Amino acid sequence: MPIQVIFEKCTGCTVCVKVCPFDAIRMMDKKAVINLDKCTLCGACAPACKFKAILLEKSEAGSPKSDLRHYKGVWIFAEQRKGKVQPIAFELLGKARELARDLETDVSAVLLGDRLEEEIQELIWRGADKVYVVEKRELANYLDEPYTNVIVELIKKYKPEAFLCGATTIGRSLISRIAIKIKAGLTADCTDLAVDKEKKMLLQTRPAFGGNIMATIICPAYRPQMATVRHKVFPESPSDMKRKGKVIRENLDGPILESRTSLLDIIDEIESTVNIGDADIIVAGGRGMKTPENFKMLEDLAKALGGAVGASRAAVDSGWMPYSHQVGQTGKTVCPKIYIACGISGQIQHLVGMQSAKTIIAINSDPYAPIFKIANYGIVADIFEIIPILTRRLKEVCKK
Amino acid sequence: MNIIVCIKQVPETTEVRINPETNTLMREGVKSIINPFDMYAIEEGVLIREKVGGKVTVVTMGPPQAEAALREAISLGADEAILLSDRAFAGSDTWATSYTLAAAIRKIKDYQLIICGKQASDGDTAQVGPGIATHLDIPQVIYVKKVEEIKDTTIRVWRMTEDGYEVIEAPFPVLFTVVKEINTPRLPSLKGIMRSKQAKITVWTHKDIEADFAQLGLNGSPTQVAKVFTPAPRGKGQMLSGTTDDIVAGLVNILKEQQ
Repeated sequence: MPIQVIFEKCTGCTVCVKVCPFDAIRMMDKKAVINLDKCTLCGACAPACKFKAILLEKSEAGSPKSDLRHYKGVWIFAEQRKGKVQPIAFELLGKARELARDLETDVSAVLLGDRLEEEIQELIWRGADKVYVVEKRELANYLDEPYTNVIVELIKKYKPEAFLCGATTIGRSLISRIAIKIKAGLTADCTDLAVDKEKKMLLQTRPAFGGNIMATIICPAYRPQMATVRHKVFPESPSDMKRKGKVIRENLDGPILESRTSLLDIIDEIESTVNIGDADIIVAGGRGMKTPENFKMLEDLAKALGGAVGASRAAVDSGWMPYSHQVGQTGKTVCPKIYIACGISGQIQHLVGMQSAKTIIAINSDPYAPIFKIANYGIVADIFEIIPILTRRLKEVCKK
Repeated sequence: MNIIVCIKQVPETTEVRINPETNTLMREGVKSIINPFDMYAIEEGVLIREKVGGKVTVVTMGPPQAEAALREAISLGADEAILLSDRAFAGSDTWATSYTLAAAIRKIKDYQLIICGKQASDGDTAQVGPGIATHLDIPQVIYVKKVEEIKDTTIRVWRMTEDGYEVIEAPFPVLFTVVKEINTPRLPSLKGIMRSKQAKITVWTHKDIEADFAQLGLNGSPTQVAKVFTPAPRGKGQMLSGTTDDIVAGLVNILKEQQ
């Protein structure tokens, strides 16, 4: 079996039992025993064991180990929409610079599109040492196949050791295709990226196993090491107009640019408030808001703060707010500076979507609401009393 | 139209409790359900079949007990079900999972449309859908929120983006991942429940799908877990109390500081 417990080393500490996401480990006579019917070889237990008593053996016979040292440099995908590089690219550049320093290598941005001259310069100012640019009419708007084909070609030619991409709609669609084509490891939605300096390996940390366990993922035998990061998880790197960089233009043509799908139209849905994914401040309401009309109160507060309005699933399912405002597991994951939860009890599905906010303020009439467990500031009070006064006071402060 | 819907059995997260002392999940007795996002995929498959005719086949990879998820899918209107179950599949990351599902779909052979949920609620990667499409070398449209028009050789859909949506036309065969907005899943019908109890679930191992053994499971997976840890709980919060005026004054200060 690829997994086994070395009984001589097992001390019966039960850490593995707690860590197993599949309830597959039991203690028998003070030794861990793995139920192979339940075990999925997910790998959570082996690194958790302090006594190295669980062996998870992996044969990597077919992997291209010898070739790895030829892979150098940290790349980021510079996502552009309508010719504008998106802020996620600058967030990735900031992190890429840290990683490149520890890996003793350089940072490159990959930019695909049509007529992007000013954007290239901005990427250099924001931290790219090199920008690989492919400008073609066919690449003006994102399409899965030409974008995948072009980047696969670039990766094969220039061999980066790491490749970071935003966990956006475009990023997720693109990076999965690339990872399959070149057989690379891909870790989604990393909340932290670091370098094992000794092994020169990327340490990719993300929430795992559907709960509050964090896992650090590595990819020892394949390159590049690929990861996606959600918008707003890392800060943008500042623009330094003195920075110099190299622009490498690739001229690719032919079937590589063909797409079987066609993009017929791009529709922007103009909303009265800021997109919650981009907002620095979110005022969110839940079941405790009681009626759709009461959301007006939250809109006023959001406006006074220059923020956006979010909603819990309960509020969206009741039809009080559109789905585009939903925060949580089946909605959006947000990472604002301030999250004000009004009348939201704090079900785990909601918490996973907002718990990385820097400051959480919770207002709820129920003192036992779980939201208070993760809030930095909690207020047990009547929302309908507090919010209008707060909005008025903030407007006064703003005027001064 | 022959439609394949890929689903995953996941733990019912509403039942997951966290042990306050150890800050770990308490998993005992946690029920397994169909990944909530896959419910929309099943419904969309059934809706399209009802419109244009054909057959909906649900496929899942998992342990023998994942059969329950397939039976539930049949009760919701799916016609056939295939379970990919083999110790050789254990330890699969998203690369190996999509390889395995793609190999099974290649064996099913006659299909025009593959539908997956946007992502699984336990892994949250959103990688397996696009992964299957790439292994099969077919196009994909992720985050589909509406099927606008189905023609003989093409299908036109709306893809959800950060700013709105895109209208995309794709030829068959194609793979979609769907978001919650696309439909409202039905409840199982009585007839469906009867059918699901009697339905034959086909079980395939790695031999049946003619997969390359080196690409499967743990050995076929480029990624591996190096470390697991429970994040430090957020610092103890502060409760604001007093009169409404006190609270509002406190809040204004906090908001000014944090902004």
